[in-house]
Amino acid sequence: MNNIAARNIIRFITLLLVQVIICNNINFLGYINPYIYIIFIFLFPIRENRLVFLLVSFLLGMLIDMFSDSGGVHAAAAVSLAYARPILLKTSFGMLYEHQSIKFSNTEIGSLITYISFGTVLHHFILFSLEIFNISNILSILQKTLFSSIFTIILSILIIILFSRNQK
Amino acid sequence: MQQIFNFVIRNKTFLLFLLLFSIALALTIQSHSYHRSKFINSANGLTGGVYGTFNSIDQYFNLKDENTMLSEENKRLREQLFNSVNTSDSTYIDSSYSIGKFRVTTADVFKNSYSLTNNYLTLNKGRNDSIKEDFGVITSKGIIGIIDNTSSNYATALSILNKNSQINAKLKSSNHIGSLTWNGESPEFTQLVDVSTFAPVKVGDTIVTGGQSAIFPKGIGIGTIDSFETDISGDTYNIEVKLFNDMTNVGTVYIIENLDRTEIKALENRVNE
Repeated sequence: MNNIAARNIIRFITLLLVQVIICNNINFLGYINPYIYIIFIFLFPIRENRLVFLLVSFLLGMLIDMFSDSGGVHAAAAVSLAYARPILLKTSFGMLYEHQSIKFSNTEIGSLITYISFGTVLHHFILFSLEIFNISNILSILQKTLFSSIFTIILSILIIILFSRNQK
Repeated sequence: MQQIFNFVIRNKTFLLFLLLFSIALALTIQSHSYHRSKFINSANGLTGGVYGTFNSIDQYFNLKDENTMLSEENKRLREQLFNSVNTSDSTYIDSSYSIGKFRVTTADVFKNSYSLTNNYLTLNKGRNDSIKEDFGVITSKGIIGIIDNTSSNYATALSILNKNSQINAKLKSSNHIGSLTWNGESPEFTQLVDVSTFAPVKVGDTIVTGGQSAIFPKGIGIGTIDSFETDISGDTYNIEVKLFNDMTNVGTVYIIENLDRTEIKALENRVNE
């Protein structure tokens, strides 16, 4: 139990630092940045209390906002993703989730990709809608969502696979 | 009463989500107006410390660029010095004349963003270095932005690449003024609006700061006119300005304090009353 808590704290801090120091400065093609800190929300222990989960996600988003001076956009997107996670888990893992027996390190890669993809697109859409905050720029919102999502999904899946194999 | 409690307990996850989401939304809305939230910004010890640690590594990779920029500036200043017409052979006796109108501080940029719609810079100087809100931020090439929030050791600056930014600017060749805004698209261009159609606008002309706002001294470079068109109303020009500064690569900046600012502000406030 303690081990899991420690691992999550380390993951929280590492992802926060990697996000604000490296990923926020990539600016691929001028504006495309991956937002890999949501891996923390994807991998948060499922059996943990949902209230704690929401609060921790909010804190993570708020810290990212503080570092990047973006008001509350990351906090809003992170909290929405955290709230929607059970639905995402149910649609992508089906029965496994019902039995509360998902282990991210040894699930089917297909289900994992579905789970990460839906979550990332949801998160990025809320993030960019709030950041641009202008319905007449809907094309710009969709464009940013699409390109950043592709970047985030690829990076997230690579990171999850890379690190989960080590822990076996 | 019992039912209300039951309702709250049954929907506690949803209610907590709603609460947290509203807090985040409120902060977002606040950040979209000029006078933004004073709680969530990167001018604090935590973010400043983290950025500072990694900035010192980053600085090594930019030393070459930084050197070229400094020698270019030196060259320009020397040219100004040698060609200056005003060879003064006497000094003022009254020492109050020799005090300048502007005070300049140098600062390192700890964080710079240019891909969002509201961009901010984090600088490593704060209240301890007498940096306050509404001081101007420039480089040797041109303007960068305006100080927005300060903590004891750090400050954030509203970049000119920010939808809330509005800076008084004018044509170098005449005195026609306009305000400099940004449409959120390219970090290389900003837009100068509200320029009267009487102004002699030509592609390639220089745009400089107007000195009307008591933030920047008059005549600091902003950029050159890339293209221009008449506004829908037909009375004003909308000018596309190509910036002198490469906003994606800003290392060291100068912070400018107008020492007469409080006096000007007090006077303006009295007029408004």
